Amino acid sequence: MKAGYEFVEGATSDLAFVAQAATLDALFAMASEALLAATVEDPSGVAPSERRTVSLTEPDLELLLLRFLNELVWLRDAKGLLLRAESVHVTRQGDAQLEATLVGEPLSRTRHVLAADVKAATAHALRIEGRPEGFEARVTLDV
Amino acid sequence: MAAPPTLRRIGPACFELGTAFREGMRVPVRVFGSEKLVMEMDDQVFVQSANVATLPGIVEASFAMPDAHWGYGFPIGGVAAIDEETGVISPGGIGFDINCGMRLVRTDLTFAEVAPRLAELVDALADRVPAGVGARGFLGLAESEFEEVLRDGAHWAVKQGYGVPDDLVHTEATGCFPDADPAAVSAHAIERGLAQVGTLGSGNHYLEIQVAHAEGIADPDLARAFGIDRPEQVMVMFHCGSRGFGHQVASDYLHLFLRLMPTRFGLPLIDRELASAPFASPEGRSYYAAMCCAANMSFANRQVILHRIREVFAQVFQRSPEALGIRCIYDVAHNTAKRETHLVGGEPRRLLVHRKGATRAFPPGHPELPPAYRATGQPVIVGGSMETGSWLLAGVASGAASFYSTAHGSGRTMSRTRARKLVRGRALQDQLAARGILVHAASLRGLAEEAGFAYKNVDEVAEATEEAGLSRRVAHLVPIGNVKG
Repeated sequence: MKAGYEFVEGATSDLAFVAQAATLDALFAMASEALLAATVEDPSGVAPSERRTVSLTEPDLELLLLRFLNELVWLRDAKGLLLRAESVHVTRQGDAQLEATLVGEPLSRTRHVLAADVKAATAHALRIEGRPEGFEARVTLDV
Repeated sequence: MAAPPTLRRIGPACFELGTAFREGMRVPVRVFGSEKLVMEMDDQVFVQSANVATLPGIVEASFAMPDAHWGYGFPIGGVAAIDEETGVISPGGIGFDINCGMRLVRTDLTFAEVAPRLAELVDALADRVPAGVGARGFLGLAESEFEEVLRDGAHWAVKQGYGVPDDLVHTEATGCFPDADPAAVSAHAIERGLAQVGTLGSGNHYLEIQVAHAEGIADPDLARAFGIDRPEQVMVMFHCGSRGFGHQVASDYLHLFLRLMPTRFGLPLIDRELASAPFASPEGRSYYAAMCCAANMSFANRQVILHRIREVFAQVFQRSPEALGIRCIYDVAHNTAKRETHLVGGEPRRLLVHRKGATRAFPPGHPELPPAYRATGQPVIVGGSMETGSWLLAGVASGAASFYSTAHGSGRTMSRTRARKLVRGRALQDQLAARGILVHAASLRGLAEEAGFAYKNVDEVAEATEEAGLSRRVAHLVPIGNVKG
């Protein structure tokens, strides 16, 4: 499976993307890339100068992805940080759990060309599907 | 895009979908609008309205306003009145931008006076009212002060000198929902909201300088009573809400309700975005108290923004805000749940009225209206796209049919992704400038997404609310300058 993400036509008011990756860990990291691309015009220009770790637990994988993306939104709004996943480790033993290291830099309204102000990742039509060659997620972002 | 075949007309601008449409509907769906607007609604309006009709405690009908379109859980433009004792509260029925709303401000200035200073005015407003991703307000609040904002709403702002008491009189609920309890709000939400008071936001949020042309006055008496009293009068309208703070409050409780619905609440889950809790439960009450905090943060936000607008006009025109006749006509919420008493079957009943992308529109004589509007009915502010203009409406007695609720805007017809494929932000900015509308955008990409062609015709929406007996048209307001989030 070719790893990547694509913004797709979906919700009338908002932005939706489909992300694909060979493993669940890579899928979560790819979803963080899509979120960053929705937020700034040039995500490749976000420097890896700051690191944060997060650990989250939710009843299922889809809600875990939702919490993970919303944690990134919270870090942007509350801490002023533009971050992507450097490493993600997802486990499923009863609840779904995630340990991730995030990397990025402080948001600068002069240096970064800002795009959409993503207010939340939403549960609308949220899905993660296993495919023979990997995993695919669909996420709608409220902007 | 297709209305269900079982949809039938029951009034001049009212259509009904019976409870047979889907299993579990407790009440019918009623959709207000002209035949054209209703037939052009996306099919999710009907599906989501029918889902809402299954909520425990819903009374009379699940309503959709003429500007309804797809939303999270509820459609945007959805209204549900739910019995306080037996029913539920749903974050998806309020909207994630809690108390997103509109404020309309009059001035004594005319178009001829403002036109030569328009560019200066738009630039100064963009500078003083931060917009877009990562925007931070000027207040620098400590956590304890922010908790006062959450408790007191716009009253906090006026007490700090950001406004005058008359502003509060002309704000829904005087700018404060009394049941707010900051203890019901997570530390995460508080940290996210601390720096956001005094910021416009992004997406469809904007601050606009508008003109009330003579040909746009639909009801001269009501227009005069609301403060539109001179030819080519300049107005200021803005649209914003509780920013990321409201979103965090809603997200926190959505996650909590999703965990508790199958276990403690024993409630079926049709759509995760329709997660809810019994209003009488501790968790339901806790969300309501947190929602009131977000509503109050939003009232304070719009109050602080009005203060900045006064400063900018005073600086540009070198006259005091009083001398410029700057006065708040009204501030109205369009994403809330409110405890109200309405007649159901001739009997008064305590209801939690969810209005999501829908505006409260109290009729003449309603005791909650300020004295100035007791005879006119409540001013209702319906924001259109930045190209087509907006409407000032008034509440009417026949609005009882929708628990005194009406439209809130023009409603999108096209996704942001598609709009962006059809026009580039810079080109749109140039086109608008050529038509006399000066736009300052925090994001050119965001500007393209808000192009006028991505929205319904606001004139049709305003007309439909009148045909449906939900509100009446007062004045059409035409944009000349826009600060876009």
